[in-house]
Amino acid sequence: MTSVIVSSPYVSPSKSLRQLMINVIIGLVPGTLAYIWFFGYGVLVNIILAIGLALIFEAIVLKLRDKPIKPHLTDFSAVVAAWLFALCLPMNSPWWLVLIGIGFCMIAGKHLYGGLGFNPFNPAMVGYVALLISFPKEMTTWYLPQVISGQSLSLIDSLAYSFGLFEIEHWDAFSSATPLDQYKTGLTQNLAASEIFQSPVFGALGGVGWEWIAGGWLIGGFWLLISRTINWHIPVAVVCGLLLFATGRYFLDTATVASPVFHLFSGSIIIGAFFIATDPVTAATTNKGRIYYGLMIGMLVYIIRSWGGYPDGVAFAVLLANMCVPLIDYYTQPRIYGGQDQDE
Amino acid sequence: MTTNSEITQSGLWTNNVALVQLLGLCPLLAVTSTVVNGVGLGLATLVTLVVSNTLVSLIRGFVRSEVRLPVFVLIIASVVTIIELAMKAFFYDLYLVLGIFIPLIVTNCAIIGRAEGFASKNPVGTSALDGFMMGFGFLIVLSVLGGLREIIGFGTLFANANLMFGEAASVLTIVLNADYGGFLLAVLPPGAFFGLAILIVIKNLMDERKPVTSRAVDDSLVDNL
Repeated sequence: MTSVIVSSPYVSPSKSLRQLMINVIIGLVPGTLAYIWFFGYGVLVNIILAIGLALIFEAIVLKLRDKPIKPHLTDFSAVVAAWLFALCLPMNSPWWLVLIGIGFCMIAGKHLYGGLGFNPFNPAMVGYVALLISFPKEMTTWYLPQVISGQSLSLIDSLAYSFGLFEIEHWDAFSSATPLDQYKTGLTQNLAASEIFQSPVFGALGGVGWEWIAGGWLIGGFWLLISRTINWHIPVAVVCGLLLFATGRYFLDTATVASPVFHLFSGSIIIGAFFIATDPVTAATTNKGRIYYGLMIGMLVYIIRSWGGYPDGVAFAVLLANMCVPLIDYYTQPRIYGGQDQDE
Repeated sequence: MTTNSEITQSGLWTNNVALVQLLGLCPLLAVTSTVVNGVGLGLATLVTLVVSNTLVSLIRGFVRSEVRLPVFVLIIASVVTIIELAMKAFFYDLYLVLGIFIPLIVTNCAIIGRAEGFASKNPVGTSALDGFMMGFGFLIVLSVLGGLREIIGFGTLFANANLMFGEAASVLTIVLNADYGGFLLAVLPPGAFFGLAILIVIKNLMDERKPVTSRAVDDSLVDNL
């Protein structure tokens, strides 16, 4: 009879990187489907273009760095980053916009820092912010939800449009600012919140369509929690951080300030809380630190939305919080078991 | 003993202010959004370097070493003030574009560095040559970086050349692509960091491909230090 001698560690990690990434992709599906349903195939074209280009960039850089290509491509981390990046873009973005953004995301955001696991900033957000400050016109032309504009493009037309092979007639009937953008512009025109919300783009909770998409992200977020891909600390803290400010200010001034519910269901706060802020590489690593980190993102989003120059601030908030992660981690190191607190 | 050719090579390449010493980054990063801005600031810095190196070298026998740094700073500040007033008089539009960065040449570490490191120990002729070559190396980097950022950022080259060379120079402006929307990142501060980093990468790659003999000289110099 033979016995197998096994050395520690006896508890093997339950999830590989690949399994984690597949869980995130499954979590992204409901929200993405809602997004495509309301805004047409342009969303899908963005995602496919971004993933394809991301894999090409990843392969080129890995080749330059003499790293094995296949294991890095099949761990799906590039796919997740590209997917998240594509969701930030306006629908039917021109191909070169996706190319530049994903190039920044993969090369400057990820590989210049040493690749997956070494990047201090969320790569998808690095790519998005680079585009946002470089191409303000292209990055703020959004579509109306199809239920309002009553027009839709077929998949082939969407694809052709991204490559400049197809012209949209009556462009004005299609395009519109996002609800958050409209709200912000309305405020600068000294309109009260109740007047701004008369516009047909606003629904019961947030913007028409946007509230359902946010619901989709919420379902995906719960899947991430149930499958233990992420911990509850960061999403809860992000939402609390936002609600803390939004509720406080709403009760002080209900006439001009948007309700906390509108803030929660507009823009990208839910996807940001569950999918972007929780990136294990760039988020804080201790549980206490994660709460501070999440609160900071939530508060910064509200501050940027209310007093900043941009209508939404999730990307900037995440990048700023990423910057503080080493500091947060340093001050929230848990007590070593058996050791003493320094205060005692 | 340093020969003139060594001084030239050091100023333009092996010891380039911007690419190797990484001095004077503040003006380098701030004003190089177009070629004309880069050339304008580069010329002002070049003149400052030549004049301050010459003056420092002239007085190097009289100044006690305890007070040499304040004296150097006074000389540099006076030279920069003269250049600032001259630019105000003759190139007022360019002066408005470069603005605060003209007086800030005073704080360019390359200038006090050359005064302390070279001009205070060498005769007038070589000091002036050193100032010229260091300034010229800086000017080249400023122009190239300005060109890089202008092409990517605006899709033009030599825009606003009339600010510096008079109205006749307007014809110099090249519009590479009239439909180009512009890539704002290249014009904003991050673009300057990316651009400078790319230039340093190119320089280092070129050095790596050089024959080993010329690098051996550099290494022996380092050993002597």
